[in-house]
Amino acid sequence: MKPASLRSVYPGPGGFDPSLLKREFPIFASNPGLVFLDSGASAQKPRSVIDRISNYYSTDYANVHRGVYRLSARSTELFEEAREKIRAFLNAPDQREIVFVRGATEGINLVAQSWGAAYLKAGDEVLISELEHHSNIVPWQLLRDRIGIRLVVAPIDATGGLDVAAFESLLSPRTRLVAMTHLANATGALIPIETVTRLARRHGAKVLIDGCQAAPRLSVDVQALDCDFYVFSGHKTYGPTGIGVLYGRYELLSEMPPWQGGGEMILSVTFEKSEFQDPPHRFEAGTPDISGAIGLGTAIDFIEDLGRDNILEHEEALTGYGIDRLSRIPGLRMVEAGQGRLGILSFDLDGVHPHDLAQVLDQHNVAVRAGHHCAQPLLEKLGLAATTRASLGVYNDESDIDRLATALGAAREMFSR
Amino acid sequence: MMDLRELYQDIILDHGRHPRNFRVIEHSTHSAQGHNPLCGDRVTVYLNLDGDRIADVSFQGRGCAISTAAASLMTEADARALFARFHSRVTGGEAADEPVEPLSEEMDRLEPLTGVKAYPARVKCATLSWHALEAALKGGARTTVKTE
Repeated sequence: MKPASLRSVYPGPGGFDPSLLKREFPIFASNPGLVFLDSGASAQKPRSVIDRISNYYSTDYANVHRGVYRLSARSTELFEEAREKIRAFLNAPDQREIVFVRGATEGINLVAQSWGAAYLKAGDEVLISELEHHSNIVPWQLLRDRIGIRLVVAPIDATGGLDVAAFESLLSPRTRLVAMTHLANATGALIPIETVTRLARRHGAKVLIDGCQAAPRLSVDVQALDCDFYVFSGHKTYGPTGIGVLYGRYELLSEMPPWQGGGEMILSVTFEKSEFQDPPHRFEAGTPDISGAIGLGTAIDFIEDLGRDNILEHEEALTGYGIDRLSRIPGLRMVEAGQGRLGILSFDLDGVHPHDLAQVLDQHNVAVRAGHHCAQPLLEKLGLAATTRASLGVYNDESDIDRLATALGAAREMFSR
Repeated sequence: MMDLRELYQDIILDHGRHPRNFRVIEHSTHSAQGHNPLCGDRVTVYLNLDGDRIADVSFQGRGCAISTAAASLMTEADARALFARFHSRVTGGEAADEPVEPLSEEMDRLEPLTGVKAYPARVKCATLSWHALEAALKGGARTTVKTE
């Protein structure tokens, strides 16, 4: 359902107007003049999502499943409707392949602890890349320490992109899983994920893709990607916090053991033994984040209404504008991000520590992130302790980049005295 | 919003860009590393103690203007006596309206660092080197402290 006020914002093919779109995000009315460039950490929420959550609690709320009364049935219907929206969003073949989790982090941990612990054995290899977020490193280290798998890391090349040749050379019959980001959160490097998946398949490895940064920016088609698992977080996709998605190929999910036990995930329980539900409910123990799932469904409506091609076009254009504008600032160096950079501008300003820089930018009402962006091994490789990162959303426009550039100039002035 | 120049006073910017005593003390009697895992800042504080007296103090590392200036100013101060007082001031433990004894000249020199009070996320930048100093004084041998 498209609010009438939104129709003028995106006339369809030809894109949308981000400066008009800002009006759909109440945060900008509450914080006049805010230049929000931290969507990579978490995106702001459109009014439709905020209202939907509030309305759901006001009009349709009850616990899902099991309830005989009509309100519970309606709540269950809305919850499962959200699952269907997400299925369509990822072009997954079957609704049962969509598991609600707390976020991408939980999705990866679920795969590591359920699929990984059941199917991997000592000496088996999980292949990741140097571009990963900590959430796609640490779950595999925990599994390694538990059952003795090997964690293998594909390097970046000189341009900061994935070294595809090196990646290919690391694939072997021991490689059981390739777990890789679709779009690197610290630098904005876009991974040639179709190539990665094709090469992994050729060696018989399963593929998990971390789509946190890609889902809000790119069209994602898990059938075209031919991946086994795909995870993303609701809050980076204009939805609420506390909800995320694990897509898993049904034939894998149906064989995987539960990873948390409790209500919702069982068929029957005696003190001797329990029988478990089929996916996805097998992996959704306890009362789920119902309002979160419904809110995420509304966020996906919002994205689909804007048009994913339009969003990509917008992000590409603004990324290009940002690179051009920032590169002209003396002493500013963009952090290498390979051949394709999307939606994320990570940089270093000579003589100014990122934390000082972010502090000065905040004084100019420009919100960016400074630090290691939960990718310490990557920054170590790049020889940086921290970077400053501006990440884009649908509400950003060229004036936001201009304000960033002006504030960077002021910071440089302040620290070069 | 507080004027950012309260945080980045000239003396901070100066010590941030041109830190004093930024060197390794070979064969130091005491040293400790401070590490802020959240931002990756690292500082190593070196001491030469002559009995109870600090004969020489220096530091090395990488950090923001605040943490670099704090370490630099610390090496120029009578560090041991000032530690407790300084820590309580930047963390707001010492109420502003509380009658306090007149600050020593040493403490006056550190006053610019108290601007971090208005920026809670930056307090640990100002205290990192002081934690390292405390660890060096207590631990003697090589130790590492992490800011909480």
